[in-house]
Amino acid sequence: MAVGVWQRLDQSGRNILPFAVTILLLLVGMVPTQLPGYATVAPPLALMAVYYWAIHRPDLLRPGVAFLLGVLHDLLSGTPLGITSLLFVLAYWVTLTQRRLFLGNSFAMLWVGFAMVAAGVAAVQWVVYSVMHAQLYAVGPVAAQALLAAGIFPMPAWALMRLHRAFLS
Amino acid sequence: MKTRNGGAAIRIAAPLRALVQRFSFLLLILAAIALMMVARMDPLAVDNARARVTDAFTPILNIFSRPAATVADVLEAGRQLIELHEENARLRAENERLLQWQQAALRLEAENKSLRGLLAYKPDPGASYITARVVADPGGAFVRTLVVMAGRRDGVERGQAAMAGQGLIGRVVQVGEWSSRILLISDINARIPVVLETTRQRAMLGGDNSDQPRLMYIPRGVEVTNGERVFTSGHGGLFPPGLPVGVVASAGGEVRVMPMVDLSRIEHVQLVDFGIPGGLASEAQQPGSMQ
Repeated sequence: MAVGVWQRLDQSGRNILPFAVTILLLLVGMVPTQLPGYATVAPPLALMAVYYWAIHRPDLLRPGVAFLLGVLHDLLSGTPLGITSLLFVLAYWVTLTQRRLFLGNSFAMLWVGFAMVAAGVAAVQWVVYSVMHAQLYAVGPVAAQALLAAGIFPMPAWALMRLHRAFLS
Repeated sequence: MKTRNGGAAIRIAAPLRALVQRFSFLLLILAAIALMMVARMDPLAVDNARARVTDAFTPILNIFSRPAATVADVLEAGRQLIELHEENARLRAENERLLQWQQAALRLEAENKSLRGLLAYKPDPGASYITARVVADPGGAFVRTLVVMAGRRDGVERGQAAMAGQGLIGRVVQVGEWSSRILLISDINARIPVVLETTRQRAMLGGDNSDQPRLMYIPRGVEVTNGERVFTSGHGGLFPPGLPVGVVASAGGEVRVMPMVDLSRIEHVQLVDFGIPGGLASEAQQPGSMQ
């Protein structure tokens, strides 16, 4: 039965991939880049991974895991605890309800979908922060962040697709 | 790219599963909101958790930040190479000027010393420095913090001033065993009592997440000029007086201050212990967020 054990080990290793990749992107997103003005508009890489896996393998990245990844993000990045969890779970939910629309369709569809999710996340984020601190935040940075995220989405998405095809199909 | 379930099974199970899923999503969203409330009620426990988690992930962030730092260094080196000639001429001129200033400073120091001797002046306690590398710049559009690789075991304490180059950049708000977090002066929660160089007018420097914090509580009729320097005033005991913070960038209407240091390009910070006990009470506390 040695083969069976190894096979199972191999399979569970592959099944961890979506989680591992998301956490990796979460950490990479925090690397200091020394680019002027970049930190304010740094695109949320982890959100892209959550979006991608919610569409392609929701069985391997459960909403509960997205929630925990949000908690980790909040603890690490100093944002108020719970906000990123809320955003990840909402994005996951919306994406999952529209899953059939994106699945198997063209890449353009996937891209448009993410642009909408990013815009929605930016809006919710702005509202939550504004309510939390009882003051209106500037819309500029968060809008720029969403635009940049939508703009660079093809790059992380391409990497995610390659990983997906290589290990999980 | 493909659904794994058979068509018939999905037709029966899908509505049920969708219901369960929708319910679980609602639960998760409620959990997230509950977390926000807990963070408001018990900020100390959350701070503790932050410090521990940051401690745990700092070694990984440290590894990730190395290549980025190397790339930034290479780009910087290339830029410097291009501007080498101009830079050299500028530095020569500056050196000449500085040598004159050095003479003046030496003379003043001697004079100051003798005057202090006459007055039996008690000097401020000496400062000690801890230099640390920036390993994460998590940012986002709403929070401006840095994570540095130095913590309690290196002597870092909450409330210490963080300097980079020649200016104040923020202060320590969270200390772990070998990592700590700095709240930048541009963060919306940062409030620093400052004083203007020429008029000696006191004001409050308040961040609003933009690159240039604004000066608040300046009385009407006080003239603020462009290029005027801004120092910490030392009120509230949080920072010692006289640390350079920035220069006034726009004096008309809303007064904004350009920090001495480019806050998005900090590689190393110096955490300064001035030996001032306490002093955190002066800071306005915003529950639920970094304090």
